Amino acid sequence: MFDQLTQSFETFFRNLRGHGKLTEDNIKDSLREVRRILLESDVNFKVVKDFINNVQEKAAGQEVLRSITPGQQVIKIIHDELVRLLGEGFSRLDLSGMPPVPIMVVGLQGSGKTTLIAKLGLHLRRKGKFPLLAAADVYRPAAIDQLQQLGRQLDLPVWAPGVKDPVDICSGAMSEARRTTRDVVLLDTAGRLHIDEPMMQELERIRDTLKPPEILYIADGMAGQDAVRAASEFLERLDFTGIVLTKLDGDAKGGAALSIRAVTGKPIRFIGTGEKPDALEEFHPDRMASRILGMGDIVSLVEKAQESVDQETAEKFARKVARAEFDLDDFLEQLRQLKKMGPLDEILGMIPGLGKQMKGMQVDERDMKRTEAIICSMTPQERHKPGMINGSRRRRIAMGSGTRVQDVNQLLNQYEQIRNMMKRMGKMKGRTGGQFPFPMPKS
Amino acid sequence: MGLFSKLINGLGKTRQRLGDSIRRVLSLHPRIDDTLWSQLEEALISADAGVATTAALLAALKEKLKHQPVESDNVAEGVRLLLEETIEEMITPAIGNGLNLSATPAVLLIVGVNGSGKTTSIAKLTRHFQQQGRKVLLAAADTFRAAASEQLITWGDRLGVQVISQKPGADPAAVAFDAFQAAKARAYDLLIVDTAGRLHNKDNLMQELNKIGRVLKKIDSSAPHEVFLVLDANTGQNMIQQARVFQEISGVTGLVLAKLDGTARGGAVISVCRELSIPLRFIGLGEKPEDLAAFDPREFARGLFEAPEEKA
Repeated sequence: MFDQLTQSFETFFRNLRGHGKLTEDNIKDSLREVRRILLESDVNFKVVKDFINNVQEKAAGQEVLRSITPGQQVIKIIHDELVRLLGEGFSRLDLSGMPPVPIMVVGLQGSGKTTLIAKLGLHLRRKGKFPLLAAADVYRPAAIDQLQQLGRQLDLPVWAPGVKDPVDICSGAMSEARRTTRDVVLLDTAGRLHIDEPMMQELERIRDTLKPPEILYIADGMAGQDAVRAASEFLERLDFTGIVLTKLDGDAKGGAALSIRAVTGKPIRFIGTGEKPDALEEFHPDRMASRILGMGDIVSLVEKAQESVDQETAEKFARKVARAEFDLDDFLEQLRQLKKMGPLDEILGMIPGLGKQMKGMQVDERDMKRTEAIICSMTPQERHKPGMINGSRRRRIAMGSGTRVQDVNQLLNQYEQIRNMMKRMGKMKGRTGGQFPFPMPKS
Repeated sequence: MGLFSKLINGLGKTRQRLGDSIRRVLSLHPRIDDTLWSQLEEALISADAGVATTAALLAALKEKLKHQPVESDNVAEGVRLLLEETIEEMITPAIGNGLNLSATPAVLLIVGVNGSGKTTSIAKLTRHFQQQGRKVLLAAADTFRAAASEQLITWGDRLGVQVISQKPGADPAAVAFDAFQAAKARAYDLLIVDTAGRLHNKDNLMQELNKIGRVLKKIDSSAPHEVFLVLDANTGQNMIQQARVFQEISGVTGLVLAKLDGTARGGAVISVCRELSIPLRFIGLGEKPEDLAAFDPREFARGLFEAPEEKA
């Protein structure tokens, strides 16, 4: 996500940092480069213009030119502007009010509404809510089927009464929620063009009937310059309360995210990062700005780890690291924990400074499976004391796991490297962490 | 009725209100100066033409102006026509022959990212080929997304064509294979295969697509005869990367630009044509089966500029 934008910025910053002194011409040249990066990332033309002007104004101040590290100063200005563009703080979904609380989900065709409804349902249930999904897309063939199937997969109730009027479906869903004591109702509306008058009126009718405290506008993360126009039109008609960006697991540079936020002034609530129902993240503007600029997002990483790693295992592991008793069983355990956290490349992208090194390195999930198979083909003794694995054992393990002896060797080497690293880390304990260009934002 | 007049009629007032920036830019500038250039740049970038392609277009335009200066009393019109011409030259692909669908049955594979408009485009293509008198069979090889085959089957019912489908989660290549055999056995003219939407950076899903192609070749080594990539006109610069990867994996032979009935101009497709020389075959202009038109470079170029009120 935002990978390419990050890459462009990393290269650019490296060049910028190299300057001992900056002149106004230097800054102008750099900003021309920033402009190109942003435009190629599909940030809206007008938004880019404003962004550049703002940075230019702030950078023109004497302090920047006179400071010892002018490059750093400019980077900081860009970071701050980016945070401003993405919205200041994290803003939570407003679910106050008398339950059941309706949440309306709207957007263009193919932006990912139905998938998002399922993800949001799962997300809210994990937060202790009892959502009901309402299938109000009566136009697209099999849209209702799709929501029903997703509901079944996730064990979430779906309201699909088989009537034709979306307004009726939505108010029916509210009664149903009251009857079955569901506290949130997620309304899946049909995709529509912002210039389709009758369809936009239909959305207004739903809004006027249900008065939802939250209307989420779903935008395709790959959208181009026109994203702003569509979003503005939806804003004007519905005054939506939040934005969800989808398909950010592709290699889109995600500039539309910045533009839509900047132009509508509404917060980005969530980002969709995959097809699986749990591929939904809350959106933290400050962290995202750091991630875009290639400074990593250690806060999200830690949170993600906390979500999927159980505390006890983690502590046990920490003790082992400290005493350097890390064996192959632990290795396997770590591997499985990591897998639970989500796609590996995404996780690695959150580690500060790793962005650059990861370029072109395809993290193959199949490698992880192979590793798992190899370790599972070892006896408990072998896993505990890998030193005992001699040539004949290696052959047996390779055959047992359907791999080659080279693969087994490679794994053992890797394990050895990690163990050495652990030993060093154990000694380093107590020291402060790595150095960041400037303090990591707090959430 | 021309393609874009259809488009414009459908859009009515909103499009008029949005006006047309390039034409406006030109009418405001009786002289060719720096302001004109920078505003032309803005207009092209706002149509998603992209930084590099915009620069290339403007450079080509400048070159043209050197050789054929525009008359001083009608600079706006002259520059517009030249720019249209430049765009047209860039998107008229070098290899734009007719469709290679003469085999019986011929196989047309439809690919694209999630939500680009594949299934709706298939409905439109089905109608298009039906009108040419061809007997069409559909294969629901999107076995991944919930209710994807139901969606295709609904279209099949509406259009009166058969749909070959299997259980959710079945191997898409197997669905395609079965459907091809059925098409052969029952003497269909054309098999259109719907595939699951996939982001082009998901390596395993792209390999799956590759497998569909390999399996089809077991029945007929020249299949699939055409592979259409469906692109969403709303997509920005990522469109180029999409086209590049899909072409590499599944040998895309044609493009369908969907959702041109909105306000997005689909200008990113200029870069796709420029860099990859894949012919743009059809454009999608709505949700109904008849909302499909053959692509015409001249009309497309003009559509980037045309002001609706003058067309009406």
